[in-house]
Amino acid sequence: MNVITVYGVCATALVGLGLYGLIVNPQPLRKILSLNLLGTGVFLLFGVIARRGAAAGLGGDPVPQAMVITAIVVAFSATALAVALLLRLFEESGSATLDAVDADPAGSEGG
Amino acid sequence: MGSSAAMSDTATAGGLLLVMALIVPASGILLQLMLGGPFINRVAFGVLAGGLAVTVATFAVIWQSGQLLAYVVGGWPPPLGIALRADGISAAMMLTTAIVICATALFARKDFAPPRDAPEARGPFVFWPLLFGVWCGLNAVFVSGDLFTLYVALELLTFAAVPLVCLKGGKATLQAALRYLMFALLGSMLYLLGTAMLYGTYGTLDIALLSKQARPVPVAWIAAALMTVGLLAKTALFPLHLWLPPAHAGAPPAGSAVLSALVVKGSFFLIVRLWFDALPALRDPAAAQLLAGLGSAAILFGSVLALRQQRLKLLVAYSTVAQIGYLFFLFPLVTVAAEPWSGFAWTGGWLQLFSHAFAKAAMFMAAGLIAEALGHDRIADLKGAGRALPLTFVTFGLAGLSLMGIPPSGGFTAKWLLLLASVMEGQWWWAVVMLVGGLLAGGYVFMVLGKAFSVGYGAPKLVTTVARSREMVALALALCAVFLGFVPLQPAEFLQVGRPDVAGVAR
Repeated sequence: MNVITVYGVCATALVGLGLYGLIVNPQPLRKILSLNLLGTGVFLLFGVIARRGAAAGLGGDPVPQAMVITAIVVAFSATALAVALLLRLFEESGSATLDAVDADPAGSEGG
Repeated sequence: MGSSAAMSDTATAGGLLLVMALIVPASGILLQLMLGGPFINRVAFGVLAGGLAVTVATFAVIWQSGQLLAYVVGGWPPPLGIALRADGISAAMMLTTAIVICATALFARKDFAPPRDAPEARGPFVFWPLLFGVWCGLNAVFVSGDLFTLYVALELLTFAAVPLVCLKGGKATLQAALRYLMFALLGSMLYLLGTAMLYGTYGTLDIALLSKQARPVPVAWIAAALMTVGLLAKTALFPLHLWLPPAHAGAPPAGSAVLSALVVKGSFFLIVRLWFDALPALRDPAAAQLLAGLGSAAILFGSVLALRQQRLKLLVAYSTVAQIGYLFFLFPLVTVAAEPWSGFAWTGGWLQLFSHAFAKAAMFMAAGLIAEALGHDRIADLKGAGRALPLTFVTFGLAGLSLMGIPPSGGFTAKWLLLLASVMEGQWWWAVVMLVGGLLAGGYVFMVLGKAFSVGYGAPKLVTTVARSREMVALALALCAVFLGFVPLQPAEFLQVGRPDVAGVAR
């Protein structure tokens, strides 16, 4: 098993973990973190593809590298927007959950 | 690089218009942020006029030449560079978008006017740049020629759309916005994952080049499935629609109109691009049946839930969930094997999109005006309200014609064409769903109109009067949806401009 395959397997594992966390965790903050994990897996996959497509003495195919930089910037802005919304929600309602009814105040995440 | 032969790799005359279609709304955002303050309205309307002019020019060029409009950014041809392309459906989408955005701006002029006594206010300073952000994102979706640029366009659209939901602040709308963002981000990540897999397999993301290379192999299947599911989450197709009703109902009326009429259509457009243009070799009857099956479930489920709503804005939002379902009949009904009926289905599907855009924008504006004038939007308490707000309820009814599919309306033409295609192609089960969906839509539209015009009740007291000009804007949009009903009942040639033959659409 060569290095590229190891990275490929890591990328797959990260995507799987992120997806699992996103679906299973009810708290928005954990969902945001899971999305970042999922995103990291996708970015790593871009790296694997760049390395695999290396040619003409280059260390990697530059096109996926260029794409992953854009994708990281986009994912960063998305996280910033999500966290800003979450903070605002905490300021407004005193809890950071997506539940429609605030049945148990003790169980809230506290932001 | 294999770029010399393909016609689509060179810029065409007038291709610069496509760049302008992106630059004009984007410059609107920047100008508003810089000049902002007391001039924000004037800047907005100046840029709106420019954007509308560019869109009309683009439409006219494609209409006259009957050919694809293309521009190669920086003179670097694909696969290394990025191409912008606009075909018939792009141009028609751009025109629909421009009309709805301009109408929304006229409708929102008073709500988001700069304050007289203060240098700046949060509402206008946030709303106007977001409106132009949505416009810029949508135009980018319509003209982008490669899958990664489309990812960026889709994200631009999402980031502009999500804050529109929570302009009012408050717990409920913030939660709705956050839930929308979660669905949208999951969708973009799945889309990006699919994009990475396609690049790793074919070494290009240019749509024209991909369409020649893609073969039905497992990796392409998985990539297409990931991208489709991601885009379905953004389009809010059943069962990924959960975020839509609270988000669209919680936004201010101008925001709801744009979100429901246009934003969900952006990702739908991308699904069509993916299946019909980028990966035509992968089109499979079973996958198409599955998509249309989900569409059918959306129609039945959304309509029944709309009937059960107690608030007008939620009713209109659930009606969007249902109407999105009709769009997905495009996939099983447009096939090479089904000539000449696939041409009918193609036109019907797009007409459904355009007429729903106009009708739903008009309906959300009408619902917003009703809520503003009465101080509530409880359907049970609408008795006699038709006497107090006749024009607005007529708008609601005219828009309802299109949703039900009663002539004359764009919705009727669209549903008739789809119905015809499904019967003639032997897929009669979709016809049954369409008929039931029409009856259910009739149910929820008449539920509102029946209350509003019921006899024996006096006109309720209005909390505030609404400006006649805003009622007229909503009425004009509803009339656009009605006038689409005068499109001839046959395949529209314009919607087939620049289509590859593999789409199975008769020329």
